[in-house]
Amino acid sequence: MPQVCDNIISTLAPCLTQSGMNPDVAQFISILLGVVLVASFPLLLVIFLIWVERKIAARVQDRLGPNRVGPFGLFQNIADAVKLIIKEDITPAGADRLIYNLAPIVAMLSVILIWAVVPFTPYNIGADLDIGVLYFVAISSIGTLAIMMAGWSSNNKYALLGAFRVVAQLVSYEVPMVLALLVPVMLASSMSMQDIAFAQLGMWFIVLTPVSAFIFYVSNLAETGRAPFDLIEAESELVAGYNIEYSGMKFGLFMANEFMHAFTANLLFAVLFMGAWAGPGATSLPILGFIYLMIKTAIVYIPSLILRATVPRVRIDQMMAFNWKFLVPVSIVNVIVMAFVLKLVQVLGLAPSPENASDFLANIPQAAALLLGNVVVIAAAMALIRGSVRKERLSEAAKLAQRVQVEGDKEALPATVAQH
Amino acid sequence: MTAAVNEWAFIGVFMSVAWILPVLPLVVSWLFRPRRANAIKLQTYECGVETVGDTWVQFKVQYYIYGLVFLVFDVELVFLFPWALAYNQLNFFAFGAGLLFIFLLADALIYAWRKNALEWA
Repeated sequence: MPQVCDNIISTLAPCLTQSGMNPDVAQFISILLGVVLVASFPLLLVIFLIWVERKIAARVQDRLGPNRVGPFGLFQNIADAVKLIIKEDITPAGADRLIYNLAPIVAMLSVILIWAVVPFTPYNIGADLDIGVLYFVAISSIGTLAIMMAGWSSNNKYALLGAFRVVAQLVSYEVPMVLALLVPVMLASSMSMQDIAFAQLGMWFIVLTPVSAFIFYVSNLAETGRAPFDLIEAESELVAGYNIEYSGMKFGLFMANEFMHAFTANLLFAVLFMGAWAGPGATSLPILGFIYLMIKTAIVYIPSLILRATVPRVRIDQMMAFNWKFLVPVSIVNVIVMAFVLKLVQVLGLAPSPENASDFLANIPQAAALLLGNVVVIAAAMALIRGSVRKERLSEAAKLAQRVQVEGDKEALPATVAQH
Repeated sequence: MTAAVNEWAFIGVFMSVAWILPVLPLVVSWLFRPRRANAIKLQTYECGVETVGDTWVQFKVQYYIYGLVFLVFDVELVFLFPWALAYNQLNFFAFGAGLLFIFLLADALIYAWRKNALEWA
């Protein structure tokens, strides 16, 4: 039967069995091939990503960026990788050797493993787990552990300080991220990444829940240690943070991991909120779906690079206050409002029936209702910000007024404060 | 093999391959890199001065407080996923129970806030 062998990627196992192989072995070979394909793709991609990042950062800062090695400097990172490979590798005398050497590997692992649940096309996904979202949350926490391992085992004060900041930052921003993930799960009634992608055929979730999407995007920036949340390796305070004692290829692995993590986080954003592979012709021609996914990821990834090259770093107390006093309350309110509105939509019969869930027009009433809910959440969040900023301004004004009374320093009193 | 077992077999193989991939460049580097270590080079880096005292000492307590607040939230959030997953089939009572749970979560946040656990002091 030749028709079994017409698609080598999806029907490799039956094809091999046909040619007289043990079915279990054939199954294993097919799985292994898929694994190697999915796992090596991000590693090859990262060489290109670093080039993109350097080019964009250079353009923002009115520089040219790498342009000597290869066309447009494309081979610069390959040259850098070769340089890192032949560099001497130093393990400081006081380090905890086993943990020290394990940390870069675990860091890399935490990002590569996420790619197992990314739906590339309607038919090609590493493993369509029933608990895909939970798997993503669980695996991305391993990254925190790896950085803590690196910081602790280096036996260096800068590294340890950087690692402690990681625990504070990554762990804190995981709370709003998980809360924001609840809403797509609610909308799709599934935690499988592929089901979430299929649920967005009618309408992308970024339209249905812009607040969730925003919270997920911001906490992803913090989770990947990107500016303005790059306190993990604040050069001016910590020299380099957790990876200060690392050299050679181990440092290279940490660096590659950071770039890969940033891209993976944006890829997940594209999957969860922008319909993954969805687009015209994606179901009939799977490669188009893959291209759509990459384009969508670039649409969210490139602004994050420009943001990184543009904004200054926040202070650690500001960062923690922004998370616990703004993002977490807003995401809790968002989940409650979304739950109410979704139930209301179901009761009123505005939700699209399962048959025409992929029809754009059938989704409009539900989208309008959910958007209205989002506007309420945004208004509440704005009121929260306005209130806290006003309180801060008043307390500063009071402090200044006190100083004026004590020192009789009338010149210190600006006109704006005098009005209060 | 059923489909679900297949998916988890994939994850299992993936985990072993994902261990090998980062080790490969390290092995290549181990083959090519020079080895000229000396005592000065292996000292702990501290901007050129000799390091004073032990690194593994007691640390600022605020980090641990954030860790504890996170633990409370993370454990409770995992319980919310089944509720969100079965959302479309929930009856009114289960829906209210989930909301009550979220309100308790918000209550914990307000408590931590009022106790100044969220201040970076």
